[in-house]
Amino acid sequence: MSQTFDEISSQLRKRHRRSARLKWISMGALGLAGLFLLWFFSDMLGKGLPAFQQAQIQVEVDYNEDASRMGRAALDPDLSRLVSRTFERMIPVQIRENPELLGTSETRWVLANAQVDQYLKGHRHKLNEQQVVLVDELLAEGRVELKFNTNFFTTGDSKMAEASGILSAAVGTVMTMLVTLAIAFPIGVMTAVYLEEFAPDNRFTQLIEININNLAAIPSILFGLLGLAIFINFFGVPRSSPLVGGMTLALMTLPVIIIATRTALRSVPDSIRHAAFGVGCSRWQMVRDHVLPLAMPGIMTGSIIGLAQAMGETAPLIIVGMVAFIPDVGASFTEAATVLPAQIFTWAGEPEKAFVEKTAGGILVLLTILIFLNATAVILRKKFERRW
Amino acid sequence: MNMQAAPRQTIGAAPEVGQPHTRNESACHDLSIRVRDLNLWYGESQALKGLNIDLFQKNVTALIGPSGCGKSTFLRCLNRMNDLIPSVRIEGLVEMDGRDVNQVKMDEVALRRRVGMVFQKPNPFPKSIYENIAYAPRMHDLVSRKPEQDELVEKALRDAGLWEEVKDKLHQPGTSLSGGQQQRLCIARAIAVQPDVILMDEPTSALDPISTATIEDLMDRLKEQFTIITVTHNMQQAARVADYTAFFHLGEIIEYNDTKTMFANPATKKAEDYITGRYG
Repeated sequence: MSQTFDEISSQLRKRHRRSARLKWISMGALGLAGLFLLWFFSDMLGKGLPAFQQAQIQVEVDYNEDASRMGRAALDPDLSRLVSRTFERMIPVQIRENPELLGTSETRWVLANAQVDQYLKGHRHKLNEQQVVLVDELLAEGRVELKFNTNFFTTGDSKMAEASGILSAAVGTVMTMLVTLAIAFPIGVMTAVYLEEFAPDNRFTQLIEININNLAAIPSILFGLLGLAIFINFFGVPRSSPLVGGMTLALMTLPVIIIATRTALRSVPDSIRHAAFGVGCSRWQMVRDHVLPLAMPGIMTGSIIGLAQAMGETAPLIIVGMVAFIPDVGASFTEAATVLPAQIFTWAGEPEKAFVEKTAGGILVLLTILIFLNATAVILRKKFERRW
Repeated sequence: MNMQAAPRQTIGAAPEVGQPHTRNESACHDLSIRVRDLNLWYGESQALKGLNIDLFQKNVTALIGPSGCGKSTFLRCLNRMNDLIPSVRIEGLVEMDGRDVNQVKMDEVALRRRVGMVFQKPNPFPKSIYENIAYAPRMHDLVSRKPEQDELVEKALRDAGLWEEVKDKLHQPGTSLSGGQQQRLCIARAIAVQPDVILMDEPTSALDPISTATIEDLMDRLKEQFTIITVTHNMQQAARVADYTAFFHLGEIIEYNDTKTMFANPATKKAEDYITGRYG
C-alpha cells in the first residue's frame, strides 16, 4: 500500500523534531564552551593588563656621602618610603661605579613602591593615611603616574613585586625548548621513518606502535620523575638546568613527533613510492628524495604543535627542580633556570597582592606565544595542503 | 605445458615450451626474458600457475585477458615490484641475460635500472619536468655535468614525443601537465635511464582517445630501441600495436601467438571465445 507525501510527512515529524533537538544541544555545548573561553579571557585580560603598567615617581636624588653607604639617605625621607627598595639598593652601587656622581643631585623618574602601584590601580594597598595624602598630592602635581612597564620584559624575577619581570623565565624557556627540539626532532622523525618505511610489518613493530601511542597519553609528571631518577640521579645532569628540563620534555614530546611524522608519511600516496622504485631507487633514496620532502610540511606542523605543548608543561619541570628563584638570566645550559609556566606557578604562590597581576600578566604572555605557535602550525598546514 | 586440449585449428606443430604458436617473421627474435615454470602465491591463493614464455627483444608484446587473470602480477614479476607486497611468494625462473632475477644475489635496484616501468595512472614526481627526467640518470651516475643532463633530458623528451610541447616550460611541475602529457612524461622518465625493457601496465586506460593514439604511435617508435611488454585490457589496442600477444586466463598463459594470427585464427578455443567477445 503506497503512502501519500502528507501521510509520510506526519510520521516523520517526530524524527525531524529529534534531529532538531540534537542540533540545538550540540550548538548549546559549543556556545557554552565559547562562553567559558570568553569568561576566561576577559578575566585574564582584566587581571593581567594592569601588569603592563607600573607606577613611577619623580624624585630628587642627592648623591651625598651618606648615600654611598645607605641609599635611602639620597632621598627625601617622606618620599623614600614610596620609592622601590630596588632603586634604593642601587644607589650605593652606582656611586661606587661612577665616583663623579658624588656631590651631585638630579631629578629623575624611578620605580615606585608596589603599594603605591597598587593604590594607583585601585587595588588593596598597605599605604597609611599620611602616605595616601602624599601620593594624592604628587598625583595632582604630576610627579607620580603609571607608565608602561618595560621592566616586565627586561628583568628577571625579584622579591619586590614592582621590579619582577619574565626575562629570565623567557630566556629559560627558549633554552629549554632548544634542547627539547634538538633531541626530540631528529630522533622522532628518524624513528617514524624507520617504523613506517623500513620496518617489516610484524607483531613486534605493532607492539612498538601501541606503546608509542600509549606514551603520548602518559601524565607528564611521570616524565618528571623519570628525569629526576635517570638524568639527575644517575647521569648527574645539573639539577634545574635547561639541559635536564629539555631532556625531560624531549622524552615527552617524542611520541607526539613520532605520531605526527607517521601520519605525514602515510599521507604520501604509494604511487610516488612505486614510481621511485620503478626508476631504480633504493629504499633510502626513495624516502630521502621523494617521500620526506612531501611529508615535511606535515612533520613541521606536528612538531610545532608538540613544541607548543611542551612549552606549557609545568609538572615535569617542577620535579626536575626548575621552580627555583631565578633573578638573573642564565648564561649556559647547565646553570639553574626557570621557565614561563614555572614562573607563573611561583608567582601564583606569592602572598603579596601585587603578584596577582604579575601572574596574570605572565599567563597573557604565555598564551600569546602559544596562540602564535599554533596559528603558525595551522597556516603552514593550510599552505602546504596538497590535492593529489 | 599450458596449451589447452584440441585447438580448433592446428597451425603447424605444437610449439616448444615458451615459444609463440606462430612466428611473426618481421619481428626480432633475440631472447630478452625467459620465464620457466613461474608460480606466484598471494598468501594462500595462487595467482600465477606454471607460466612458460620467451619474450623477445625489440618487440611489443601484449598481455591480454579478462580482469584478475594475473597479467599485471606477471608484469610486476619481471622487475620485482612484487617484492613490495609482503604476502607474495614466488617460485620458478625469470631469467634475463642468463641470470635469475629472483635470486638474493641479484640487486633489484640494478634490475630496475634495466627494466623500467610505466604505471596505469600517470605518476610523475612532484618536481619540475626537468627534474622528473634528470633525477634517475643522475642517481645512477649516467650523467654528471649540467650540459650532459640537458642533452639527456632533451633526448628523452624528444623520444617520448613531448619535447615540442614542454620545451619552454621545463621548470614547471610535472603535475601541471594534462593526463596524456603526464603519461608521456612518465615514459620519457623511464627511457631516460636507457633500460633494455619497458613494462607498461595498461598505460592508456586512464587517457582519452587522442592521447591513447599518441602513445600507441610512441610504442611503435620506441620498439626500435627497447623491448616493450604491455598489459592491456583493450584488445583492439593489442591488435594495433603488438607484435606478439599472450592471452592469460586464471593465472595461466593459454596462448602465446603472433598478433595477427591470434586475432584472425586463434589456436585455442578459450582465446577464440575471449577475442570474439563471448566472455570478458
